[in-house]
Amino acid sequence: MEKVYTKTQGIFQDVVSGFCPGCMHGTAHKLVGEVVEELGMLDKLVRVEGVGCCGLGQSYVSHDVIIAAHGRACAVATGVKRCSPDSLVYTYQGDGDLASIGLDETVSAANRGENFTVIFINNGIYGMTGGQMAPTTLVGMKATTAPFGRNPKEHGYPMHVCELLSQLTAPQFIVRTAVDTPQNVIKTRKYIKQAFQNQIDGKGFSLVEIVTTCPTNWGYSAKDSLTFLREKMFAEFPLGVYRDKDKEEA
Amino acid sequence: MAKGRVEIATEFCKSCEYCVISCPKNCLAVGEKVNSKGYPYVVSANPDDCIGCAMCAQMCPESAIEVWRG
Ligand SMILES: Cc1ncc(C[n+]2csc(CCOP(=O)(O)OP(=O)(O)O)c2C)c(N)n1
Ligand code: SF4
Ligand code: SF4
Ligand code: SF4
Ligand SMILES: [Mg+2]
Repeated sequence: MEKVYTKTQGIFQDVVSGFCPGCMHGTAHKLVGEVVEELGMLDKLVRVEGVGCCGLGQSYVSHDVIIAAHGRACAVATGVKRCSPDSLVYTYQGDGDLASIGLDETVSAANRGENFTVIFINNGIYGMTGGQMAPTTLVGMKATTAPFGRNPKEHGYPMHVCELLSQLTAPQFIVRTAVDTPQNVIKTRKYIKQAFQNQIDGKGFSLVEIVTTCPTNWGYSAKDSLTFLREKMFAEFPLGVYRDKDKEEA
Repeated sequence: MAKGRVEIATEFCKSCEYCVISCPKNCLAVGEKVNSKGYPYVVSANPDDCIGCAMCAQMCPESAIEVWRG
């Protein structure tokens, strides 16, 4: 028989991840590894990491990692890519990191059309620190800082990063996707590949948002977190391509 | 003869069951044994039905599943 699926060299072969059962940070990590391995560029890959459960990835991935101060990954990646244009640079950030403390850096880098790739993990919560409200927390969804649920009058509404960034002129590629079914995993791999290929081709800022589960802080089993993801998260955060300059020009 | 085969790296499994619910042939199940981290790991309960489609492996957040086909 022929081997058709094996663990990517982009993550260490002998390290068990630090992620909780059913956490899709693990899926996102392996997909980045698989794509860049396929592109033959693992030795050129530089990960600029946000702060949050993405930090569990620093001892899990086998490529170079720079840990940016909270929210500053897009600023750090700007410097890395401009100084080392041959490196394949991506940021890996959660919703608290990218859309809260780091919103300015994200919008500014997108607006400049910086030539790197952003992998954005939207789980609607601050996972690492124990379930505080994020900009992406759903209306009515409970968080330790919103014990009665998010109330728009007090906390505002969930923020839509893809929709926001696609108002800008510069970005090349902006997509929101998921990894809740094998089909969606395959689709997301394709999007991540396009986002890295854009960088190789010098096309500029590409962002892949993956709407994921945080079973631990949502308070569900891994299986039940899939129901919440599909029924509630996808309703607020519609999956789809928000910007693809290649298609617009074609 | 089965058309496919899976191997599960039991120490990496966290028992999320994403693979179990994604298998079109219902091959996989949470087993009775527990790994060193305390997770009851997944086993191939109906290996003869496996078609080597790798749907289980696509879904696994822990990259714990290897698949063969042919
Ligand atoms: C300057 C600063 N403020 C606050 C924190 C605490 N902190 C660590 S991770 C985090 C939020 C992480 O949430 P998110 O980016 O959504 O990542 P997740 O864990 O959900 O993947 C916060 C507020 C910090 N480390 N540094
Ligand atoms: S706390 Fe949430 S985001 Fe962090 S590893 Fe656990 S499930 Fe994943
Ligand atoms: S390879 Fe396909 S048929 Fe075989 S166990 Fe995995 S999902 Fe099931
Ligand atoms: S998807 Fe992976 S971690 Fe989850 S139960 Fe299956 S083998 Fe274990
Ligand atoms: Mg988060």
